[in-house]
Amino acid sequence: MSTAPQHNPTLGQASLKDRFAPYIPIALVPLLMLVGMVAIQAPSSWMTLTVSGLAMGMMIFIMASGLTLVFGLMDVINFGHGAFVSVGAFIGISILLSLGALTGAPSLFLNILAILAAIVGAMIGAGALGWAFERVIVKPVYGAHLKQILVTMGGMIVVEQLILVLWGPDEIFINRPEALKGAFIFLGAAVEKYRLLAVVFGLGIFFAMRWVLRHTKIGLIVRAGVENGEMVKALGYPLRLVFISIFIAGSALAGLGGVMWGLYQEVITAHMGGNLMVLVFIVVIIGGLGSVEGCFIGALLVGLLQNYVGFLDPKLALVSNIGLMVLILMWRPQGMVPVVRAK
Amino acid sequence: MSNSLLSLKDVHANIHQYNILHGVNLEVPKGEVTMLLGRNGAGKTTTLRTIMGLWQAHAGTIELAGMDVTRQPTAQIAKQGVGYVPEDMGIFSDLTVEENMRLAAVSAPLSQERMDRIFLAFPPLKTFWHSAAGNLSGGQKQMLSIARAMAEERQLYLIDEPTKGLAPAIINTMAAALSELKAKGATILMVEQNFEVAKYLGDHCAVMEDGKIIWTGPMNELAQDNELQERLMGLNMEAS
Repeated sequence: MSTAPQHNPTLGQASLKDRFAPYIPIALVPLLMLVGMVAIQAPSSWMTLTVSGLAMGMMIFIMASGLTLVFGLMDVINFGHGAFVSVGAFIGISILLSLGALTGAPSLFLNILAILAAIVGAMIGAGALGWAFERVIVKPVYGAHLKQILVTMGGMIVVEQLILVLWGPDEIFINRPEALKGAFIFLGAAVEKYRLLAVVFGLGIFFAMRWVLRHTKIGLIVRAGVENGEMVKALGYPLRLVFISIFIAGSALAGLGGVMWGLYQEVITAHMGGNLMVLVFIVVIIGGLGSVEGCFIGALLVGLLQNYVGFLDPKLALVSNIGLMVLILMWRPQGMVPVVRAK
Repeated sequence: MSNSLLSLKDVHANIHQYNILHGVNLEVPKGEVTMLLGRNGAGKTTTLRTIMGLWQAHAGTIELAGMDVTRQPTAQIAKQGVGYVPEDMGIFSDLTVEENMRLAAVSAPLSQERMDRIFLAFPPLKTFWHSAAGNLSGGQKQMLSIARAMAEERQLYLIDEPTKGLAPAIINTMAAALSELKAKGATILMVEQNFEVAKYLGDHCAVMEDGKIIWTGPMNELAQDNELQERLMGLNMEAS
C-alpha cells in the first residue's frame, strides 16, 4: 500500500438557510403569540391568556419531558405515564393539606416551603412508583410496542383504582397558598401569581435539564443513547441502568407536574393524569420523539393555542391542538426537532 | 495457539429465526492482526457482534484473556478493554466530534498525548472538533469511529470493514492509522472485503463460509496462493 496522502479539509461557511433552520421551530412560539394578538385584539385579554398558556405549556412540558426521553432511549411507549401525574398530585396535595399552618400563613416564604415539601414528596412517591412500574410492567415487554401499549394502559388503570381505594372516590379541592392567590395588574392585564410562578419554575426545569444534557457525562450518555443505544453499550456504559434512572426521573417529573397542575386547577381526580395524556402525547409527537427541546417548544405551542382558541371558541380548544399536530407532522413528519435514530 | 487473546469454541448464534453461526472456532493471537474474510453473508459481522455480546451466542464459549465472556453484557465486555468499530461506524450524529471522543473515554478523560496521537493519524478530526459528527463526510466518520476505539488503551480491537465505501485516498489514511496501531502491538480482529488492505495489515487470516471458519493460516500464505483465494472466496486476482 502507498503512504497516506494529505487529507486536511477546512471548515466552510454554512448557508444562511442551514444556519437558521434550527431556530425555525422556536420562532413558531412568538409567531403564534403574534397571531393570537391579532385574533384576540384586546391586549389585556391577550396578555392574560398568554401567561396562562405559557404556564400550562410549562406544566405539560414537565410531565412530558420524561416520557419523550423514555421513548427515545429504549423505544418504550408508556401509556401509563399519566399514573405518575395522578399519584404525584395526590401525594403532593395531601402533604399540602396537612401543612395548613404553612399554606394559610400570608408569607410567601412559608407558602413556597410548603409547596417545596409537597413537590419533594410527590417526586419521591411518583419516582418510586416509576421504578416499580418499570420492573413489573415495562421490563417484560421490551421491543413489543403493542404489548407495551396494552400493559402500560392496564397499569395506569390499576394505579387509578388504587388511588380511589386510598384517597376515596371524590375529587379533592384545594386552595392555593395565601401568597399565591389572586393576580396583579401588569400593563392593564390581570396576571395570576401562581401562573407566573409556574412559568418561572418550568423555565428553571427546562434550562436545568438542558444543562445536564449538554454539559454532563450522563447527559452525553442519554443523548447518545437516544440515537444509538447499542453503540453506547459497546463503549462500555450500562445503558439499562441509565434507562431505569431516566424512567424514575421522568416519573418523578410527572409527579411534580401533577402537583403543579393540581394547584393550577385547584382540584385533583384519580383520572387527571389519564386525561392529560392526550395533550402530553401531542407534545411528545410534535416535538420529535426523544427530543427535550422539541418537547419544550411543542408544550408552549399547545398551551398557547389551547388558551387562545379556548377564549375565541371554547368548543374548538382540543381540536385545535390535534390540528396543530397534523400541520406540524405534514411539515416535519419526524417532529419539529427530530432526533437522529440509528435503529 | 498458546498466545491467544481471544478464543471462540464451537460458537453458535441465531438472529431471530435464522441460524447464522454454526460452530465457529477461532483463535486470535495476542499482539497480531487477524483478518476475517469471506463472501457476503458468511457470518463475519455476526461473529464480531457475538464476541461483543450484541447478539447472544446460544452455544459454545468465547474466552477473552482466559476469561469466559460468552454470557457477559456488552458494556462489561467493552470495559475489559475491547474496542469495537461497527460496520455502520456507529457515530453519534447529534453529538460533536469532541463529544463523541469524550464519550469514548470511559475510564478516564482523554489525555493531551492521546489526542495528539489521534490528530496525527486523522488530521480532519482536529479541524471539525466542534462540529456535529453528522456533518462529517463518510471517510471522516470512519476516522472518528476508529479514533473513538483508540480513545482508551484496549487489549483487543474488533473492526468491521473500516474501508467500506471509502475513496482510495481515505483508504490509505485508514490503512496507515491501523498500521500504526498494529506497530504499537495492538491485537486486532478485522473484517475486511478489500483484499489489498487485508494483505497489507493482516498477520493471520480466517476465512468464513456459511457461518463456519473453513480455513485459517498466515495471511501471506493466502495472499500468495491465487488458487486458494478463488476456492475459498471466489476471488480471482488475475482476472481482475
